[in-house]
Amino acid sequence: MKILVVDDEQDVQTLFLQKFRKEIREQRVEFAFAFNGKEALTYLEQLHHETVLILSDINMPGMSGLELLQNIKEKFESPPPVVMMITAYGDEENYNQAMKLGADDFLTKPLDFSQLKEKLKLS
Amino acid sequence: MSIEPILVFALLGYLQRMLKSEGIRPDWQDWIKKWLIFAGVLFGAQFVFHIQDITQWFWHLALIALSWFILTQPEFNRIRTMMYAVLPVVIISFLKSLIGKDQEGFLGTIGDLVDIAYPFAIIWLVAMFFINNKQRKALDKERKKREEEEQQARIVAEQKGVLEVMVEERTAELTRQKEELQQTVENLKATQTQLVQSEKMASLGELTAGIAHEIQNPLNFVNNFSEVNTELAAELKFILDKLNVAENVKDELLAITGDIVQNHEKILYHGKRADTIVKSMLQHSRTNNDQKEETDINMLADEYLRLSYHGLRAKDKTFNAIFETDLDPAMGKIMVIPQDIGRVVLNLVNNAFYAVNEKKKTAGADYHPTIWLSTKRILKLAIIKIKDNGNGMPESVKEKIFQPFYTTKPTGKGTGLGLSLSYEIITKGHGGSIVVDSKEGEETCFTIKIPVNS
Repeated sequence: MKILVVDDEQDVQTLFLQKFRKEIREQRVEFAFAFNGKEALTYLEQLHHETVLILSDINMPGMSGLELLQNIKEKFESPPPVVMMITAYGDEENYNQAMKLGADDFLTKPLDFSQLKEKLKLS
Repeated sequence: MSIEPILVFALLGYLQRMLKSEGIRPDWQDWIKKWLIFAGVLFGAQFVFHIQDITQWFWHLALIALSWFILTQPEFNRIRTMMYAVLPVVIISFLKSLIGKDQEGFLGTIGDLVDIAYPFAIIWLVAMFFINNKQRKALDKERKKREEEEQQARIVAEQKGVLEVMVEERTAELTRQKEELQQTVENLKATQTQLVQSEKMASLGELTAGIAHEIQNPLNFVNNFSEVNTELAAELKFILDKLNVAENVKDELLAITGDIVQNHEKILYHGKRADTIVKSMLQHSRTNNDQKEETDINMLADEYLRLSYHGLRAKDKTFNAIFETDLDPAMGKIMVIPQDIGRVVLNLVNNAFYAVNEKKKTAGADYHPTIWLSTKRILKLAIIKIKDNGNGMPESVKEKIFQPFYTTKPTGKGTGLGLSLSYEIITKGHGGSIVVDSKEGEETCFTIKIPVNS
């Protein structure tokens, strides 16, 4: 399973790689990282058929997570990638907007990795 | 034709006018009137019957009697001087009649003298009359002037009285206005203090929320990475166990790994603590999507009181306190955000229980830790009071109590955000007020007032 993680914080990469170290080693999951919306779109244009899951932060400079979500849902229709939104603030407005734009799930920071693993059916 | 009857009429008429104008002795006025009539009749009769020789004695007597009367009666003091003008004529004409004409010898000499004196007496009378008249006129003028002055003085006095009343009224009005102004100034001062306070609270709240946002992300990393490290260390331990090295090296490696695990547990524990603080700081700026709904304040307050009590009991078995409620049945349902108001009640009650518990540690056996929760509905105001007989607080603490991060509890026991958040919920969220009253060492009472908009 290939997962694209979009977050402007570079350390997210390290965190994910360490958190999923075992799963990566066992080749049950593969990660790609983008640090802004534009990078994410470029990546998807090249390798979109391989990517099954996108985890995106909402609060990012430049293109926000919600804009990215809108773009993805418009551009990549088949197969439709699963998009999970992540935000530091679990406020209703963000949640409603994400859901309206077609987000498949909504997670709040700090990420509960065991819960995430459960959702990805990795544990 | 002699002058005597004319003098009689003049004197009588004069007396009559004088008595009339002064309004005294009406009995005398009657008498004078009768005498005037009688004199008139007699005067007419003497010409008809030619009896001047007889009547002249009557005129003489009448003049002498009148003169005597005027000179002796105190009522006529004022016109006594006039008599000096009349008397010579009266006496000389009397002497003249008494002596008669064409006498010889001594009487003849006297008769001549009297004859000579008579015109002088007449001139004297006329002159005196003019002088008197002049004097009287001057006196009258003087009197009139004095009367006018008196009138003036009376008017002035009256006006002075009126003015004094007016001044008194004005003074009273000014005093009242001054008092009103003083009251207004005091009100303004209180409002200013309140405004400064709420402005401070608002900016502090925003600042707090801003700081929280900035801290949240790095803190997440700290927590996440330390979590990962804990897992990594556990794995390391697992691998070490299987490693083929000398026992003492292995032990040391295992010990270090164990320490790393332990340290990361500590990092995680404190990280979570910070996270809790940041989360409650974020409550300050939380975009409030919670809807106001009709809430039974009595039930809500009671519920959270019990929640707090049982929560504290569960944490600390030795904890105990009496709580009394006095809930106004007229409270009714009011529009509030129930979970927010519940939070405020919980905060205040928790603090109250904490306060009585602290006091219990030092107070004697006859101290009964007690919490009072009361509600009251006064017109369009819902009032919630939470009182405790704990240690109270000094004025210096009271001033800061609603500021974020201000706490008197030991580190780790309180974030200093409970009351600042409560303040925000009540003032900003519900347009109400929250104030604290406290007697150091005796009691603390929080009063919440929420306007009821219906």
